[in-house]
Formats: sequence, structure tokens, C-alpha cells
Amino acid sequence: MSTNLDTIRDLAQQEYKWGFITDIEEERIPKGLSEDVIRLISTKKQEPEFMLEWRLKAYRHWAALEKAEAEPKWANVHYPAIDYQNIVYYSAPKQKVKLESLDQLDPEILRTYEKLGIPLQEQKMLAGVAVDAVFDSVSVATTFKGKLAELGIIFCSFSEAVRNHPELVKKYLGSVVPYTDNFFAALNAAVFSDGSFVYVPKGVRCPMELSTYFRINAAETGQFERTLIVADEGASVSYLEGCTAPIRDENQLHAAVVELVALDNAQIKYSTVQNWYPGDKQGKGGIYNFVTKRGKCAGVNSKISWTQVETGSAITWKYPSCILQGDNSVGEFYSVALTNNYQQADTGTKMIHIGENTRSTIVSKGISAGHGQNTYRGQVKILKGAQGARNYTQCDSLLIGDKCGAHTFPYIEVRNSSARMEHEASTSKIGEDQMFYLRQRGLKAEDAVSMIVNGFCKRVFRELPMEFAVEAQKLLSVSLEGSVG
Amino acid sequence: MSLLEIKNLHVKVDNHEILKGIELTVNAGEVHSIMGPNGSGKSTLAQVLARREAYDVTEGQIIYNGKDLLEMKAEDAACEGVFLAFQYPVEIPGIGNAYFMRSALNAIRKYHGLDEMDAMDFLPLFKEKLKLLEMDEKLLNRSVNEGFSGGEKKRNEILQMALLEPKLAVLDETDSGLDIDALRIVAKGVNTLRSPERAMIVVTHYQRLLNYIVPDFVHVLVNGRIVRSGGPELALELEETGYAVPA
Repeated sequence: MSTNLDTIRDLAQQEYKWGFITDIEEERIPKGLSEDVIRLISTKKQEPEFMLEWRLKAYRHWAALEKAEAEPKWANVHYPAIDYQNIVYYSAPKQKVKLESLDQLDPEILRTYEKLGIPLQEQKMLAGVAVDAVFDSVSVATTFKGKLAELGIIFCSFSEAVRNHPELVKKYLGSVVPYTDNFFAALNAAVFSDGSFVYVPKGVRCPMELSTYFRINAAETGQFERTLIVADEGASVSYLEGCTAPIRDENQLHAAVVELVALDNAQIKYSTVQNWYPGDKQGKGGIYNFVTKRGKCAGVNSKISWTQVETGSAITWKYPSCILQGDNSVGEFYSVALTNNYQQADTGTKMIHIGENTRSTIVSKGISAGHGQNTYRGQVKILKGAQGARNYTQCDSLLIGDKCGAHTFPYIEVRNSSARMEHEASTSKIGEDQMFYLRQRGLKAEDAVSMIVNGFCKRVFRELPMEFAVEAQKLLSVSLEGSVG
Repeated sequence: MSLLEIKNLHVKVDNHEILKGIELTVNAGEVHSIMGPNGSGKSTLAQVLARREAYDVTEGQIIYNGKDLLEMKAEDAACEGVFLAFQYPVEIPGIGNAYFMRSALNAIRKYHGLDEMDAMDFLPLFKEKLKLLEMDEKLLNRSVNEGFSGGEKKRNEILQMALLEPKLAVLDETDSGLDIDALRIVAKGVNTLRSPERAMIVVTHYQRLLNYIVPDFVHVLVNGRIVRSGGPELALELEETGYAVPA
């Protein structure tokens, strides 16, 4: 029993060794950013003229911001200055070295996969092991794509969409997050590598969860990902992003943009599990994840729901938001953010109520362990015309140990006196009494922490698709390893 | 061999000596009651037996089932069959009562090399025990102790005891905050669990509980020492005279 605990602790102390990702076929352009680089990226991606123009405008805007030192500094996170001229902004789609079998994989990664309960075939795909024909993910994905195509649903990489559906991209790109929105959104617009594109036509309910999983080998995205999802009138779609397996990337700076557009009576549910490399026990390395995610409920009775479980990255800066423009539209945000070791997260949401009788719900659960710093930052804005708007916000923090921190910055702005606002907040510590109670019933300390944390997050997990929820629970347990002494 | 042997136990909390040389031997099948005034060290003794870490054992020995109890962590002691019915049961928000108890049962089963019990097998067992404690099935999926009344919390403790079937059950002021009906139900639950293989230590401030759970032995704890021991009649005597140490 105690040796079991020791093993887990030893494991948690180990460093990640991710030597299995190696570039073959490397095609890179020199470091740094300039108009030439933007042109080169666009050419290499064989983009139409309008795309290049848009990238260039974004670049000029970004360059002006950078010159003015307008990189946002308001977030409650600390990191050394980023040298934007020391980053490679384009490298050709990389291929992972194919392994013969999982035995060749770092045993620790294998153990993590097992702890997360990732199916064997999926493990192989993640690790880049050649998958035999029967389980070939590409053929599975192709089957699904056929079914989607029958319904007129477009689900492809962003690059493909730019080439094959330029009219849709042109119409909606930047309509929710314009390149002028913020520093990182401008950077992304200038250099974005790839991402996903989804269009669900009028009246169609997408019959399955759309997941990036189906495109694992389709495109190397990562650093400057850009996703656009459009649900036309009466359409609905549920999209899953990320996976629970830890993902290591040699690029430290990530600046993704996600735009969602819901027209009349449309619904979009967007679920994320983010587990980018968080850095080592001392806080070295790790991904800086500066993400702009926003959905626009453009039509009446439309609904956009964000659910996120954030456990990875050294720094997370992310506010999935909803613009509630259509009357009776609904915005939701359910979030679990966990910071352990030296991770920092500044995350939350914005709910902008424009239309009448618009409603929003915010449930945020922040967990801090180790030296982790966790900040909730949320804005609820009720504009003048938003007669009868309602918001409910619940914002809870859980502390594990005495070296971590939880911070809450709610901003509430109400310009219509008919608005109804509710705000609940709490901060608690995993109590010695709770731990003792569970251990007295036979549960190991690690399991006791997991149980308490999972109970704390239950309200959010309920919003995740079933399988994802089970994985997310395990992910939290794994992410918390070593957090109890 | 006795199930539990406490020898010369000295315990400090925040550098303040609470227990000053406890001697106590408990055999399987016996029910012992520890009585005493507030602050005498009753709860401290209960918590030390359950291996709460905040208590500093400065001297003495506890042999449980032939093993050194003081070498065990709380979860190890639990898996070895030590159960504490808490005076103040703790709330675990978001975790269903049935799920929690199944996890506990499985942790103990796993410790003993047994297969874990799945929800289908567990449910009938759980419902049977709920009935014993005259508890509503709605408690099945409510979060552990959250929103429970005082009486429900105490019954929930005995419910866990009934499920986990410990070798040594320590009941810490289980009667406090119970009305007479709840007391009767709790006592019935406890009495059902009396068995030749199981020992119980019933810590209480009042004689009242002992009308329902009749102990084999009564010990009087005053100022960190057991000052008197006797049969059930001692409890009645204390009711008359109080806890004054006889000269």
C-alpha cells in the first residue's frame, strides 16, 4: 500500500521524456516575422488572394501593436518577455517517426495512457505507432466523413476550407474575433497554421460528436491554430477539442483562435480538454497558451455552450466568451481549471448581452495545488437594449496545500435596470478533516484528493459528453499526482 | 491474544499533554464504554486509535490484532478493520453517498486481495443496510453528509460501519445530537453488529446511550487517565454521583 503510494510519487517526480517526436522531412523558413514571411506562408499553403490580404492586414496591425509594446499585461500571469523575432512561424507538416510497436515508447508515457484509460488503438495513434489496416483511423474517419457529407455538413481542416469553401470562410472569418481584437488574435490571424472548419447547414442536427480525434493524422496544427464553426439556422452541433493524453510541443508560444457562429435557433456545444505540456516540477518549459475563443449567438433563440477542462500548459490565458446578440439567445460557460506545480492560469469568460431576454450561465471551478496560481476573470455585460437579461455566475476555488493561490476578478456592467444578476463565489481548502474522514474509510491519500476534487467539479463534468467526462475525471487525478505530501 | 492492548499511552496535542498513561485491553466480542467529563481526552483517544496524524504520541504502545497500530497510517488501520464513527461527520460535496461507500468498501477489499464489487452487486447490499438503519433510499445518491440532519449524519456513520464490517469499531459520541427515536434506531443498528469477532468502544458523555447499547465494561476517563473501571452498573452510579474522582 505505502509502496504503491511511493511509486506514484516517484512517478510524479519524474520528468517527461518525449524523445519520440522527431522531425523528418523538415521544411522551415527562417526565424522572425515580416511581410515576406506572411507572403511565404500564404504561398506555401496555396491560399487565394483574399486570405493573403487578410493575413497582411492582420500582420500590420500586430506589428503596430508590438511596436507600441501593446502586448497585454493585465492578466495575472508572469513570464519572461517573448522575443517574437526568435520564433519560426512556418514549418511544413511534420511527420512523427513511426514506431514498430508500443514497446518502443517511453514507458512513462505508456503508464500515463494506461492511467487515463486510453484504448490501445488510440494509444498507438497518439504515439505514432503504425496502425494496422483494420483499425486504420483514416478509414474510420472517411466513413464518418461520408455520412456527414450526405447531410451537407462540412468538417475539414481550415486549409481545405480556404481552398474548397472560400465563400463561407470569407463570410465568417474574423466575424466574431476580428484580427484587431487583441494582440494574440492579430498574431494568429497573420500566421495561423491550420485548424478545423465546420459548417452545419440549415435545419441539420449533426448526428455525432465532431472531434479533432478524427483528424489526428490529418494535419499538424498546434502552435497557431484557427477554428471556425458555423451552425446555420436551426442547426446543431457538438464539437470536442483536444484529448486527455498529454501533448508535448517544442513550440512554447501557442496563440489559437476559435470562432463560433450560431444563426437563428442554432446550437453549438464546444467541449475542450486541454493537457498541453505544463513544464517540469520547477516550472521550466511548458506551453504558453494564449487563446481567444468567442462565440456569437447571432440569431434568435440560439445557444452556445462552452465546457472546458484545463489541466495543461505552463500559462493559460483564455476566456471563451459569448456575444448574445439574438433575442432569447443563451450563453453558457462551464470550466474546470487546474494548476499544479508552477502552472499559472488566468481564465474565465465574457458574456455580452445585447438582445432581449438573453440568458447566460457561468460555472467556474478553479483548483490550485503545489505553487499553482489560478485566476478567474469574468465579465458580464448587459447592454442597454438587453431587456430582461439574466445571468447566473458561480465561481468556486479549491486550494490544495498552502503554497498555491486562487484569485477572482468578476466584472459586472449593467446598463438595463430589468437585468437579473446572481453571483455566488466560494474559496475552500481541502480540509484535513475531509482527508482524514476518507482515509479512515480506507481510501489512500491520493484517492481521497481525487474524490474531493471530482466532487468539487461535478457540476462541470455533467456538461461534458459522457466518455469525455470519464476521461476528464481520470485526467484530474493524474494531474494531481504528488500534490499531497 | 487480545484484539486491542493500549499500554501507558501518552498523547500530546499542540504540546499539551491530553492522555497521560492510558491502559486498556479489549477482547473480540466485547463492548467497552469510555465515559468522562468534557475535556477528559475521550475523543483524543478515539482519534489516536483511528490514526489521525495531528496527535503526537510521546510514550506507550498500541497493539492491535497483533500489530503495532502506531506504525499504521489512517487508511492502513481502516483496511485492517479499525472504524471510527465520527462525532462530527464530514461533508464531501458532489460525491454520492453510495459511490463513496462502495469506493471505501472496495479499497478495503482490494487491500485484502479481494475483487472489487461493482455497482450491481453493491446496490442490494447497500439497500439492505439502509433498511436496518431505517434510512430513506433518497440518501443513496445525495452527496456524502451534505444537507443531512444531525440524526441522519449519525445514522449514516452506523450505515458505513454496517457495510464495512470492522473488527474494532470506535463510536465517538454517537448519541450527541440525537433525539430519542434516532437514538433507538442507531442503537438497534449497533446492537445488530455486535458479534463474537467484533469489539466496540463506545465513547459517550451521557449514560443515556448505555440504556440502549449495554456495555460489558465501563471505564471512567478523567484528566487523561482511566480512573475507574467496572461493569454496566458503573454507568448508573455515575449518573447519580457525576464524574468526581473518588478520594
